[in-house]
Amino acid sequence: MSKRFLAAALLLSASAVPALAAKTSLVVGMPIEPPGLDPTVAAPVAIREVTLANLYEGLVRIDRNGKVQPLLAKSWEISPDGLTYTFRLQEGVKFHDGTAFDSADVKFAFDRARDPKSTNAQKQIFAPIDSIETPDPKTVVIKLKETSGNFLTYLGWGDAVIVAPETAAGNAANPVGTGPFKFKSWTRGDRVELVRNTDYWQKDKVKLESVTFRFISDSQAQVAAVRAGDVDAFPNLAAPELFTEFQKDSRFKAVAGNTEGETVAGMNNAKKPFDDVRVRRALMHAIDRRALVEGAYSGFGTPIGSFFSPNHPAYVDTTGVMPYDPAKAKALLAEAGHGNGLSITIKTPQMAYASRSAELIAAMLAEVGVDLKIVPTEFPAKWIEEVFRNKDYDITIVSHTEPLDIDIFARDSYYFNYKNDRFKALIAEAARTTDEKARFAKYAEAQKILAEDVPALFLFQLPKLGVWNAKLRGLWENSPIPINDVTDVSWTE
Amino acid sequence: MTNRSSLRLNAALVIGGLLTALLLGTALLSLVWTPEVPTRVRVAMRLRAPLEAGLLGTDHFGRDVVSLLMVGAWNSLAIAWPAVLLGAAIGTAIGCAAAAWKGIADEIAMRVSDVVFAFPAVLSAIMIGALMGSGPLAAILAIAVFNVPVFARVTRGVALQVWTLDYIAAARAIGKHPLRITWEDVIPNIAGALIVQVTIQLALAILTEAGLSYLGLGVRPPNPSWGRMLSDAQTYLSQAPHLAIAPGIAIALSVLGLNLLGDGLRDALDPTLKDRGAAA
Repeated sequence: MSKRFLAAALLLSASAVPALAAKTSLVVGMPIEPPGLDPTVAAPVAIREVTLANLYEGLVRIDRNGKVQPLLAKSWEISPDGLTYTFRLQEGVKFHDGTAFDSADVKFAFDRARDPKSTNAQKQIFAPIDSIETPDPKTVVIKLKETSGNFLTYLGWGDAVIVAPETAAGNAANPVGTGPFKFKSWTRGDRVELVRNTDYWQKDKVKLESVTFRFISDSQAQVAAVRAGDVDAFPNLAAPELFTEFQKDSRFKAVAGNTEGETVAGMNNAKKPFDDVRVRRALMHAIDRRALVEGAYSGFGTPIGSFFSPNHPAYVDTTGVMPYDPAKAKALLAEAGHGNGLSITIKTPQMAYASRSAELIAAMLAEVGVDLKIVPTEFPAKWIEEVFRNKDYDITIVSHTEPLDIDIFARDSYYFNYKNDRFKALIAEAARTTDEKARFAKYAEAQKILAEDVPALFLFQLPKLGVWNAKLRGLWENSPIPINDVTDVSWTE
Repeated sequence: MTNRSSLRLNAALVIGGLLTALLLGTALLSLVWTPEVPTRVRVAMRLRAPLEAGLLGTDHFGRDVVSLLMVGAWNSLAIAWPAVLLGAAIGTAIGCAAAAWKGIADEIAMRVSDVVFAFPAVLSAIMIGALMGSGPLAAILAIAVFNVPVFARVTRGVALQVWTLDYIAAARAIGKHPLRITWEDVIPNIAGALIVQVTIQLALAILTEAGLSYLGLGVRPPNPSWGRMLSDAQTYLSQAPHLAIAPGIAIALSVLGLNLLGDGLRDALDPTLKDRGAAA
């Protein structure tokens, strides 16, 4: 009996030896499953979080600090007038199907994205492009109609990754890119599995043999999966109150970073009473952003006074423009003719941050005599239909996670129904300005206009609450763009 | 109701009655008084333990748990009562009609009941919510729909027995219309069974309402509801277990109280109903 036990123990320890070498597999948890795996044809953030930098690569990449770095383009020159970009491409790059990457693929990918029939979610990236020339296989010359200050940054987004003409059509289900990992399988409702690309052009950088993305929507199940070791990393935990438990546990690393998600309660600016700036300002004055962050997100998250990420160098703190001041809110409401009270509704998606914020906002508005009714809606399908397309709402609440998206307030048909010609002109000017300092100054002015005009109630920047095994290295602490770049990830033992 | 004089007290009746009185009393009291304004948010005082702030502490927004429970009791009854009464009214009418006319009318009524009975209340609530928007009205309708076949079956069962009695035969012999027989002779004789069933269904309705609110299909926030208190509490379970325990106990005691009251009433009103009640 005891001999057999010993033998079994020896056997076990023998088989455990290879495990002492550094682990080479990684399981990443995500709250939402992507609807497809092609970031160039649809908007959902989850697509980028699986594919960008792992499966697909762009001409440039955005690093963990939000800076532009070379990737498939090893270098570039910009003509003095800012209208001609000449990219020199990397040598020896192959797509996962074995075909070589060259300038024709770049031209194909961008022409496909800017085609009128394309469903690319960020067409403003490609709008300034006049023509794309390929003088030789390793050179791409892009001519612009007008200067574009953010052009290079945009080329690092998931919407501008390079795909091959032979495989582009099937990328949503069977993605083929140039990235460090190849697609292996997708079990719908559960996981996407990637394996190491042995032909990768920067082979030496990659230490992992396989990466699995698992989709777990319930926040308690997320935490249980991390605790049990079923998931090695959860870069974006949905429940902040559960995050605090990991902060005390040395087996895990718990990092509160930033996302580009501005959480705002958008108002229907074309509808009464929100067409009156006094009402919008009154509502903003009625909200205690600090208390909101405390109650809705356990104190994580930065209050914002306008629609700009505090991570961005052009950010200005505008939280003091319309500070918490219930007395002023009441006075403004009375001035606008709503002294006897006001009854409005907020369409609230199911995400915890949204429904909690809505409840807190309702309580805060009640203090100034505004009756806010909470109407639940389902995100994304029902919300897109009711609020985003049909604009059938008073107030809604959602986090806008795209980076540098202040221009949505300059779009005519956007769901806020906000129209401000001065703001629109300013944003257009900023987009054309190639001088960084001058462009940032314009963005600063634009932020101030929004803070004064309050087209939406600006609440807080959504934090990125990441939890992972303490032995993991190389995961990103912040999300300068929606991405889970695992190229540099490794285990310490 | 022939043996009204023999209404005997029993343990189930007393305990159930007391618990139900407590539920009703709390609900009514909440209309005029609560320790704090239940919807008032005090973020600085969030997640306080029981007795640290208020008798049962505060929730994740710093709201007073006792006040939330009290108003939650009212909101729970405000959905459960109309839902059960609506279901009982329609179900009783169908059951009486089936017993009065029998034959094909009976067959149709019972088979339709079977079909409706196959849909759980949560499923009907989701369907009704999709059609007319989720909210308290959808919850009331969903619970009512689920109650209709229950009452139709119970009513038909007891009414069929009453229809075999001699004085009903006499009433038919003198040409009394079935509707009048039902109203004047049948219903008074089955009222005891109906009251028992209403009490038991109320308990089920409170449980279903909590379930619907837990799923976000019942009472709308910020109006307090036991079910939503439970669903809000789940991610705070390790930090503030009292947030889940308090509404859990409230639901359990209410359901227990109404069930005991139902059992007790059945025994007290008519001991012969005991077996039949168990079968229903």
